[in-house]
Amino acid sequence: MATNTDKNLYTVLFATGMVIIVGALLAFLASSLKEKIAENKRIEKQQNILYAMGINENDESSVEFVSKDIVGEEFSKYITKQLVITGTDVVEDNNAYLIDLKKEEAESKAKKRARRLPLFIGNKDNTDFYIIPVRGKGLWDAIWGYVAVNSDLVVQGVYFDHKGETPGLGSNIKERFFMDDFKGEHIVDGDTFKGITAAKGNADPKNTNKTDFEVDAIAGATITGDGLSAMLKKDLKMYMPYLKTLKQ
Amino acid sequence: MGLLSKKDTKLITDPLADNNPITIQVLGICSALAITAELKASIVMSIAVLFVLGVGNVVISLMRNIIPSKIRIIVQLIVVATLVIIVDLILKAFAYELSKTLSVFVGLIITNCIIMGRFEAFALANGPWRSFLDGIGNSLGYAVILIIVGFFRELLGSGSLLGIKVLGDPIEKTGVYAFGYENNGFMLLAPMALITVGIIIWVQRSRNEALIEDN
Repeated sequence: MATNTDKNLYTVLFATGMVIIVGALLAFLASSLKEKIAENKRIEKQQNILYAMGINENDESSVEFVSKDIVGEEFSKYITKQLVITGTDVVEDNNAYLIDLKKEEAESKAKKRARRLPLFIGNKDNTDFYIIPVRGKGLWDAIWGYVAVNSDLVVQGVYFDHKGETPGLGSNIKERFFMDDFKGEHIVDGDTFKGITAAKGNADPKNTNKTDFEVDAIAGATITGDGLSAMLKKDLKMYMPYLKTLKQ
Repeated sequence: MGLLSKKDTKLITDPLADNNPITIQVLGICSALAITAELKASIVMSIAVLFVLGVGNVVISLMRNIIPSKIRIIVQLIVVATLVIIVDLILKAFAYELSKTLSVFVGLIITNCIIMGRFEAFALANGPWRSFLDGIGNSLGYAVILIIVGFFRELLGSGSLLGIKVLGDPIEKTGVYAFGYENNGFMLLAPMALITVGIIIWVQRSRNEALIEDN
């Protein structure tokens, strides 16, 4: 070999060259795929919202969304109204589902303004579903989801997802056995808001008691479960002023 | 095998048993603990590592004569991180569902010591074809242990395999649960993965005395 790869100058030049090449490659790839990725995320949101209100292609134990090709149609068919709630102000906004909860939370805090809360109203078989987006912290990273309630504030379905929970443990919050447990759970006791807790060692593993505000936690995923319970308490509570008006 | 010479074949078969990356080289333990609570996660991780190590070893091997030795570890890190990010971006754009399954593994692949270990120990000193075989061999060796550990942890911890309840329903008390059998929740926690790996090492060394170090 002619070049001496131990020289300082060579090392510096190599490092510089490598950073420029890799940086350019990744920047090019990221910006050229950006639109496609954003579109996939938009479709996913629609699929998640529909999933929570029971529009999905689940069989026995799998989690299947409505297919990508028809999700746009299905979304406009079943989601009759999208609202943005700001304090006591309620306006309709057909792009409410595109509100980024993370950005909105940070922005409303920084600017000290009331948070804009998106709410989706769906209708299936003449029943109204009120679908609430939630977002919180798991063990490693963000967790989020959608909770569909009826006008009696009884949960009709949920969808949870996560960014980086432990595979096989915390990541199971998006499995059927966990999500299906929420169906029929109440979130209010009379007029008091209770939320739903993923409880360890409760005496009700079959989850027959739907008014205990508890579902069975996942073994080995305590912190994810606690984060999920906290997320439900905090985010559902923000919607209570509006949701209470439904109950009359 | 007509395709591979005897020496090349050893590159694939050695890591499966006598030079296994997890049980003998003791590399990649962290990910073996983290993701083996379920068999499915073990399999997904094995496939991801197979791809990254195979390609990464070839890339490093092609660059081996121009990499300055002072910064070689950083160069290796950049290569593996770039590879993983490229794959992640492409999956997000064209196979979104698949990328959702893999997203939690991305960080674990980049920090997997098997990858850095094989770059450093093999690819830097050998040609691309041999490095490729070494990458495949070592990731298969990694996969074998991951799948064994995942099998026992899921079976004894959750009573299921690949999500299918093979032992009956623990809540409805059917199958073996009807006789009073209980799942062992301990198996789902990380320490039990270490103990399972320990048992594998024990079995392996007691069958082959050449593997026992003198002290």
